[in-house]
Amino acid sequence: MIQTAASSQVSRRRPLFGSSNLHGGWRSAFWFLLPALVGFVAFYLYPALRGVYISFTDWNLIANRGSWVGADNYDRLLNDRQVWESLKITFKYTVINIVTQTILAVAIAVLMDRLTKSVTIRGILLLPWLIPNVIVALLWVWMLDGNLGIVNEFLGLFGMDPVRFFTDTGKVIPSLAGINTWRHMGYTALLIFAGLQTIPRSLYEAAAVDGASERQMFRDITIPLLRPILALVLVITIVGSLQVFDTVFVATGGFGGQPGGPANASRVIYLYIYQNAFDFNQLGYAAAISVLLVAILLTVTFLQLKLLRAGESDLA
Amino acid sequence: MTKALWRLLAVLLAFSLVAAACGGDDDEADAPAATEAPGADDADSDADDNMSAEAVGIEYWLWDGNQQPFYEQCAADFEAANPGIDVEITQFGWGDYWTNVTAGFASGSGPDVFTDHLARYPEFVASDVLVPLNDFVERDGVDTGAYFPGLAELWVDNHGNRYGLPKDFDTIALVMNADHVAGAGVSAADFAAAEWNPDDGGSFGELIRKLSVDANGNTGDSADFDPGNVEVYGLGLEGNFGAFGQTTFSAFAASTGFEFLDVNPFGDSANYDDARLAATIDWFARMIEAGYVVPIEDVESLGGTTVFQNGSAAVMADGSWKIGTYVGADTPFGVEFAPLPVGPSGSRASMFNGLADSINKHSEHQEEAWQWVKHMASAECQNVIGEGAVVFPAIPSAAEIAIAAHQANGVDVTAFTVHVDDGTTFLFPITDSASQIEAIVGPAMQEILRGQADAAGRLGQASDEVNTVLGS
Repeated sequence: MIQTAASSQVSRRRPLFGSSNLHGGWRSAFWFLLPALVGFVAFYLYPALRGVYISFTDWNLIANRGSWVGADNYDRLLNDRQVWESLKITFKYTVINIVTQTILAVAIAVLMDRLTKSVTIRGILLLPWLIPNVIVALLWVWMLDGNLGIVNEFLGLFGMDPVRFFTDTGKVIPSLAGINTWRHMGYTALLIFAGLQTIPRSLYEAAAVDGASERQMFRDITIPLLRPILALVLVITIVGSLQVFDTVFVATGGFGGQPGGPANASRVIYLYIYQNAFDFNQLGYAAAISVLLVAILLTVTFLQLKLLRAGESDLA
Repeated sequence: MTKALWRLLAVLLAFSLVAAACGGDDDEADAPAATEAPGADDADSDADDNMSAEAVGIEYWLWDGNQQPFYEQCAADFEAANPGIDVEITQFGWGDYWTNVTAGFASGSGPDVFTDHLARYPEFVASDVLVPLNDFVERDGVDTGAYFPGLAELWVDNHGNRYGLPKDFDTIALVMNADHVAGAGVSAADFAAAEWNPDDGGSFGELIRKLSVDANGNTGDSADFDPGNVEVYGLGLEGNFGAFGQTTFSAFAASTGFEFLDVNPFGDSANYDDARLAATIDWFARMIEAGYVVPIEDVESLGGTTVFQNGSAAVMADGSWKIGTYVGADTPFGVEFAPLPVGPSGSRASMFNGLADSINKHSEHQEEAWQWVKHMASAECQNVIGEGAVVFPAIPSAAEIAIAAHQANGVDVTAFTVHVDDGTTFLFPITDSASQIEAIVGPAMQEILRGQADAAGRLGQASDEVNTVLGS
């Protein structure tokens, strides 16, 4: 019971790429993997390769054709202030979203682990994650509206002025980050909660015998031993966060607004890609920005896994 | 084993590439068909008819649900006269509409005929997805002079190709909350006689100050007026300013003599750095700060129409296509209309915009599609639309029917038509990069109206970006 789930997964994955342990298992594994493989090739690999190809053309979406322009789109991208502005907004969103979401999720997971065994309560925490993004966004647009929203009605009871969550250029990104924190923290907490189950109870018992407080146990046992799981959770949530789109599109475009508004204050990189492709019909340029985004995501993921030593556990 | 796997992967990859290539071939095959002359397509559809002996289906899209019943009537009349053609009408909301039209073009499908907008059609023309109507118009002897002057020319591009026949027009006027106006002791006649300038707002500015009321009951012309706690704003804004401000700033800016483009339609450069435009936008920003004009933040969250309908704004400029919204049950108070104020140029100014129907190049039944377009642009169908009193038809005699229908309902719409009668309209600015201009100027306007940027400087910057786009 000394081996963690994460590390056993890693060791089990190894033979897949080695050639020693193949035996007959490979053949049947292959047939089981085939449907997924077909899906992967048809819906991921091929479109991705085609996307890269389109990024070297001046593809017009409406006409659905384009011709080879070499690296022109990439040249333009490097000089396009809007791309870097959008990336800055995306990073700002990601930082706020990830910090709040991770802190809350760890807190909830520890509380779930230490205080309750109730499946109902654990289930309730997961509820927001089960609601589709668009509905979540619409729900909060109504609740946070500057004039009609119930949240401002409530703030008014305390004599506070209405807060324009989505139409104030300084508040729109924190508001959006908050919505997605609300939606995702239950799910993230569940992942971390699963990680907590891998920490042997005996460590806590020993620490308690030695007179350690809850806080000390959290700092010296829980956090260090949770690191591999946290690393994975962070990779998943940060990559997801950098790709935010639907919440922004719905919440800022809602009624009288412009998606990405006000004044481009919430125009995240995905929205800029969308604008180029579907509003300006410049699919080639949009594809080039997408390729840049993929490169950024790959780099972020690689660095995180390296820095957080996700493959190793301190338990061994 | 691994070799087998790689072989299979290769086969799969090859298969998907071939499938994609086939898809590509389809597109290629479509293209020549789409560029066929009208006559050549005739034979095609005739052959189809003979084989199936069924009516040819024409799919028609529009975005205005209020007009749909009247176009259904037009379609019924049309089908009765053309038993071989079956028109199917589909309506989408404004936002979805353009997404669906664009997706239709990209996938080589979409409607045969669709309601087109001046802000959009040049981009479609540039992408070569619309059927030029010149040959059809000439062959059938359609009189393009039958419409209000200027409307038919809007749909001819700079190569002389026509992409639509006018079906309606719209102008802008002031909508007034009758309760607020009467409460402040002013009248529609005061607004009709008002003049405006971007320095102090003129008598129009005085009127909207008088109509503004704060939570303590102080009006805007009182020294105690609290701009941070306004109950009723003198002037509402129908929407975000955007680049063209059809219902918001355009009328005011144009009344100073400002023009959007060096040449309209299809100019090479825009005039967003014009000092008169900056002065106009600056006036709005100052009035918002002073509490006389509704904050742009409220307009963005709820939409300007809602702000007006819940009584938070006394007066607002809006388009003739919304008359029904204001005189209908959705607006819980009486409204009156007044023409826009006279500006420094000495006259009023209202944007003059019109819709038309265009034919999709991917349509397999272009001849039948043309028949339907021709019918919608005819007096027969436009009279039906006029009776519906939703919009003003493009043919003057049909527009008279609409005006009479409004009058019969007790609604006086001369505030909208006076702009046409007096010749104080200016045409919607037509460029082939409207959406990019929108994306550049829209955010600039939002910053200025929030007091985050200086009008002249920010618009000057936007102007450079716009002209780069137009020049490229």
